[in-house]
Amino acid sequence: MSTVAVNVEEKLFQNRYKVDHGRPHIKIRQPDLCRNECKSQSCTYVCPASCYKAEGNGAVTLITDGCLECGSCRIICTELSNVEWEYPRGGHGILFKFG
Amino acid sequence: MSEKFDVIVVGAGPSGNAAAYTAAKAGLSVLQIERGEYPGSKNVQGAILYANALEQIIPDFRDDAPLERHIIEQRMWVLDEESFVGTHFRSDDYNKPPYNRYTIIRAQFDKWFSSKVKEAGALVICETTVECLLMDGDQVVGVRCDRQGGEVFADVVILADGVNSTLARKAGFHGEIQAGNVALAVKEILFMPQETIEARFNIKEEEGVVIEMFGKITDGMMGTGFLYTNKDSITLGVGCMLSDFKENPNRTSPYTLLEKMKAHPSVAPLIAGGEMKEYCAHLIPEGGFYAVPKVHGNGWMIVGDSGGFVNAVHREGSNLAMTTGRLAAEAAIAAKAAGKGFKAKQLASYKQALDESFVMKDLHKYRDMPQVFHQNNQFFTTYPELLNQAARSMITVDGIDKKTKEKEIFSNFRKSRSLTGLAGDALKLWRAFR
Repeated sequence: MSTVAVNVEEKLFQNRYKVDHGRPHIKIRQPDLCRNECKSQSCTYVCPASCYKAEGNGAVTLITDGCLECGSCRIICTELSNVEWEYPRGGHGILFKFG
Repeated sequence: MSEKFDVIVVGAGPSGNAAAYTAAKAGLSVLQIERGEYPGSKNVQGAILYANALEQIIPDFRDDAPLERHIIEQRMWVLDEESFVGTHFRSDDYNKPPYNRYTIIRAQFDKWFSSKVKEAGALVICETTVECLLMDGDQVVGVRCDRQGGEVFADVVILADGVNSTLARKAGFHGEIQAGNVALAVKEILFMPQETIEARFNIKEEEGVVIEMFGKITDGMMGTGFLYTNKDSITLGVGCMLSDFKENPNRTSPYTLLEKMKAHPSVAPLIAGGEMKEYCAHLIPEGGFYAVPKVHGNGWMIVGDSGGFVNAVHREGSNLAMTTGRLAAEAAIAAKAAGKGFKAKQLASYKQALDESFVMKDLHKYRDMPQVFHQNNQFFTTYPELLNQAARSMITVDGIDKKTKEKEIFSNFRKSRSLTGLAGDALKLWRAFR
């Protein structure tokens, strides 16, 4: 498949969110595991909101503000089970206008 | 709010609403808890509504439900990079009321369904996330919410909490979902004038078209694309097995897949000028028959996506959700009437009703389908290309005689799949579909 540059932030910009500031509902349990043990870092391309970023130094960082609450990151992290995943507190997170 | 209800329903999607409505209508005291700002605000679907399942719950839903268009034409496209081979089925039969299926916009539809649940007498609380089930020994006795003093009790808890099935997993009723049993789908809604849609799809007011697509658009992964016409918008999406996304050597992101699909020369003209107003992602449980977990126990039942009730072959989900929700509520009503408690034994009528309904019968019929497609990605890669090549060859007039073309087409099929491969593929499909 040829490469197309896609700016997912532009897509997420159309969405409505109520961000629970300072209380991310998803956490990376042990960041060292992502850096040292995970070869694929598949969350960095599978996440449909691109919440996970592969950093130049081998680390994976997570910002949940644009999360669509699908659950994919938790399910694909089977080998290391390094994703702590909860739904946001009631009323927070993505608020679909159309769904 | 340490109150006790007959039934607590967690989630206000189609299955939860069907369960809460059915139970409340029968006079049970029902509390329904939804984590979204309003029912529908966390829910994502294509979306097609199949009338039958809803008719059995609210027979006159057509009077006031927010419906977009009834479907009069179904297109099935097999795509390569530049072209598609397809079939279209259009019938004026689908223009005779009562209509069989409709496009809907879930945020609006779920809100409407929820208003019916409230009218039926259920108490609906939004903006509240259920954290876990409350147990008394091995009996589910209620739920704990993320509100102060948020413990609520009930004889039965119906888990309609969606594909991630968070509560049943936490309670240990089943394990983590397997990436091979769910599809990750992304979609956009693109707005444009009603007349533009009607001209592009050759339809009149209220008539709608569905396009299902597979082939090159999924980048070698097992999956499909879709395009649905709403009143003044088009929903366009693509989904593939989550395990395939994870293992794809191209490391293709879902949104890249979607952008490529939007740019396909057969798709682009249909959506040109559309104003994108929302981008969604959602998992679809597609593991089928063998992936359905234990769906009832002491004081609990699982309905809808949370129980994996999706017929992936026929793109049916919301109708299974509503049916399972209704059947679970009926089991709770019967258990209440019998007055012998709410242990697994008293709720077993739910499982029995499921087995006797189209839900488990259809899942059973296609039980081997997920496996066949998983192990044979030629159905999503090689065949779409071969089909398009064959059509191009036969339809292009270029002075080469048709016999020679036929020979070349057959030789292409043989080169790509070999004779035994072709026969094997046909057999696999026949076995999985019969």
